[in-house]
Amino acid sequence: MYFLKRILFAIPLLLVISLIAFVLVRLTPGSPFDRERAPASPEIEQNLNAAYHVGEPVWKQYLRFYGLIWEKGEDGHWHHAAASFNISTKYRSHRISDIISQALPVSMTLGVLAFGVAMGIGLPLGFITAAQRGRWLDYAGGFLAILAVCVPGFVIGPLLVLIFAVKFHWLPVALWESPAHMVLPAFALGLFSAGKIARLFREGMLNAMQSEFVAAARAKGLSENILLLKHAVRTAVLPVVSLSGPMLADLLTGSFVIENIFQIPGIGVFFINSIINKDCAMTVDLALLYAILLIGLNLIVDFSYTLLDPRVKYE
Amino acid sequence: MQNEESRCLLKSVGAVVISSFFILGSSFLSGCLRDEPPADVTIINNAEPESLDPAIITGLPEFRIMLGLFEGLMRLDPKTAEPIPGLAQSCDISSDGCTYTFHLRTNLVWSTGEPIAADDVVYSWLRSADPATASDYAGLFFYLKNGEDFVTGKLKDPSLMGIHAPDKYTVRVELNHPTSFFLKLCTMPVMSVVPRQTIEKYGARWLMARPLPSCAPFELAYWRPNDKIRLVKNPRYWDAANTRSQTIDLLPVGSPDTALNLYENGQADIVLDRTLVPGELLDVLLKRPDFHPFDYLGSYFIRINVTKKPFDDPRVRQALALAIDKERIVTKITRAGEKAAPTLVPPWTANYDAPSGLGYDPALARKLLAEAGYPNGKGFPKFEYMFNGAAGGGDKIHQDIAIELQQMWRDNLGIQMVLRQVEWKVLLSSYSHLDYEIARSSWVGDYNDANTFLDCFLSDSGNNRTGWKNPRFDALIHEANEQKDLPKRAKLLEQAESLLVHDELPVIPIYYYVGLDYFDTNKIEGFYQNILDDHPLEYIGRTRRGSN
Repeated sequence: MYFLKRILFAIPLLLVISLIAFVLVRLTPGSPFDRERAPASPEIEQNLNAAYHVGEPVWKQYLRFYGLIWEKGEDGHWHHAAASFNISTKYRSHRISDIISQALPVSMTLGVLAFGVAMGIGLPLGFITAAQRGRWLDYAGGFLAILAVCVPGFVIGPLLVLIFAVKFHWLPVALWESPAHMVLPAFALGLFSAGKIARLFREGMLNAMQSEFVAAARAKGLSENILLLKHAVRTAVLPVVSLSGPMLADLLTGSFVIENIFQIPGIGVFFINSIINKDCAMTVDLALLYAILLIGLNLIVDFSYTLLDPRVKYE
Repeated sequence: MQNEESRCLLKSVGAVVISSFFILGSSFLSGCLRDEPPADVTIINNAEPESLDPAIITGLPEFRIMLGLFEGLMRLDPKTAEPIPGLAQSCDISSDGCTYTFHLRTNLVWSTGEPIAADDVVYSWLRSADPATASDYAGLFFYLKNGEDFVTGKLKDPSLMGIHAPDKYTVRVELNHPTSFFLKLCTMPVMSVVPRQTIEKYGARWLMARPLPSCAPFELAYWRPNDKIRLVKNPRYWDAANTRSQTIDLLPVGSPDTALNLYENGQADIVLDRTLVPGELLDVLLKRPDFHPFDYLGSYFIRINVTKKPFDDPRVRQALALAIDKERIVTKITRAGEKAAPTLVPPWTANYDAPSGLGYDPALARKLLAEAGYPNGKGFPKFEYMFNGAAGGGDKIHQDIAIELQQMWRDNLGIQMVLRQVEWKVLLSSYSHLDYEIARSSWVGDYNDANTFLDCFLSDSGNNRTGWKNPRFDALIHEANEQKDLPKRAKLLEQAESLLVHDELPVIPIYYYVGLDYFDTNKIEGFYQNILDDHPLEYIGRTRRGSN
């Protein structure tokens, strides 16, 4: 019942998100059809704006986006106007659904791989630095984690390309054609999150190691490894789980910087270009997609709490 | 017990959800693996095309791909970029220069097998000119009889426009007046022939039809947005015997570093456009034999809003122009061999004599500014210089030039300029609404004739965007465009441009563009630099050495 309520509540939330995104794009100066070359005549510009309803009031364009407009035709009868949510003003030969159906799986694949890198590096690093607190491994691991968080993707990406692709020719420099092409972008995208997870997990582990149930388990004579791996980890991982929902949503919807560096045909590039080009429908569609992923993943995160911590119950 | 059962159920559901997630992920992963043979030639073509519809495209990356799919009556010579016969094997021009009779080849068919006839040409041109299509280049049809009226919607009957098909293999075009560059216009995409049968069947989605009928050297194998466009040889093209490559891939790469890496790694054979050369490495790369600079039909200039004071005074505009050391800009900032521009029209434009323009003369600049009422810049209001910017890449040049201009005008004239960086669309909107004082701008010619630059500044031209209106300039341009005698025409155009860049200066030319492509001539042949930077794909192929 709790999760059903959350899902139902998401519907008006998505409507509000789409409205805000729509209005913000429409209010920015310029038209999606502003070009360096002016149309041959004002009539052509008017025709273009009329075909894409650019000159209409914002409220009417918003309703048209969802197909909620009826118009009187030349025959004098009322006709339902087609929804505009699938029409791009920039990529006029493609439907937005065509673009998303091709680009989203790519971004999601990259996102899942980057998530795997983040978890695969962040969790062990956090565990080791917590278990070896105060020793050189803790300091070295902490330094690496902070480095991963502070160095941006547009620095890490080209560095990885320079070393592993250009210098040693171990991996491809760019494009998206085989599993080998996915390695460098996954690391470039995932390292930042790995650093965050490492620090968060270390913090969680240190807190868990000081808790009463761990002290009781230690008093019972359990070995330190079992203590940490079986008892402390379950509590320590909760903050990581909280973070992983929004983090995964962020990774799955593509990164413009990484996709640009590695020329990956993901959704991130289209997101940024849609804003730059005032492609309203594409911007709103992608904002909604991100919102749906974020809401969905947060739901999964909340659900997973019940699996990890028996004390958690939802009413 | 009940709680335990619920917990078990929840755990099972959770396990299913998480497993599904990873199964889905794996299927995505497997979907991304492509086992396809490499193309004969791979070209990095800059941006992702917005469309491949010849009627609506405006960008050079789109033009290049479109050239491989839809041909017109004339096509481009790969070396000179001059018009040569395309779908039409010959053309007769009447003695008054107003009627062009094109004779189509008799063996023309679409790649899907349907014959191509004169009616298809007429249909294609009328579609491009139709106001409902909203083509940015529909203005080219203004040269046709009743063309302007049809494009602007005043004339509803397309049969009255000056293009007809008297028989299956003849297209007759009637112009309003002799137009010496008309055959060059016939190479433009807006005048390409498109498949009527496909457009009528699929409407706005016609480019998604597969197979997509083509009347040019290649067919569209697939178009993966922001990934790759693959073209395969069209065996039914009338000149298929001379198409060098079986497959050509075009990659939309936006980052110059990525483009260079792909090229160095052998994953791309040709990289097009100056913007795909990393600026930091320009000095080093220009020394390499596989980097090929060439004169390009484009100019970088400053646009002035002459409706705003004090820029309504020509002396002020002349002073601004005379105070710019253009040599310094091309030597220190652009650095790819650009030439300082005293004129708007590049001097290598066909059939054209450039006027003298204004040079660098700070003393004269100060004198003119003083005559305009601002001795040593005293009393001159602070003004804004608008330019567009983006993270990294070629757009940083605009910022560097802006800073340089700010310093030059301060040092030479004593005037204060504020820099205002805006988004590209905002800049364009500012042009259209005359909501700027001074702004950076540029223009790339569509065809090899001075008119492609100069007609932008006609009083009623939508490309004017300066507020400048000069009846004498308009009269000179109109007279020149009706002149059949080429030397006389060149003289008229020279006079017109002198008004533009010497006397009145609604624009201040800064430099002429240099094109820069990179490819290895030992591996690739049939690729030639021309001033339009258009490269008909049918001529491009690997050398024997490049094939090994």
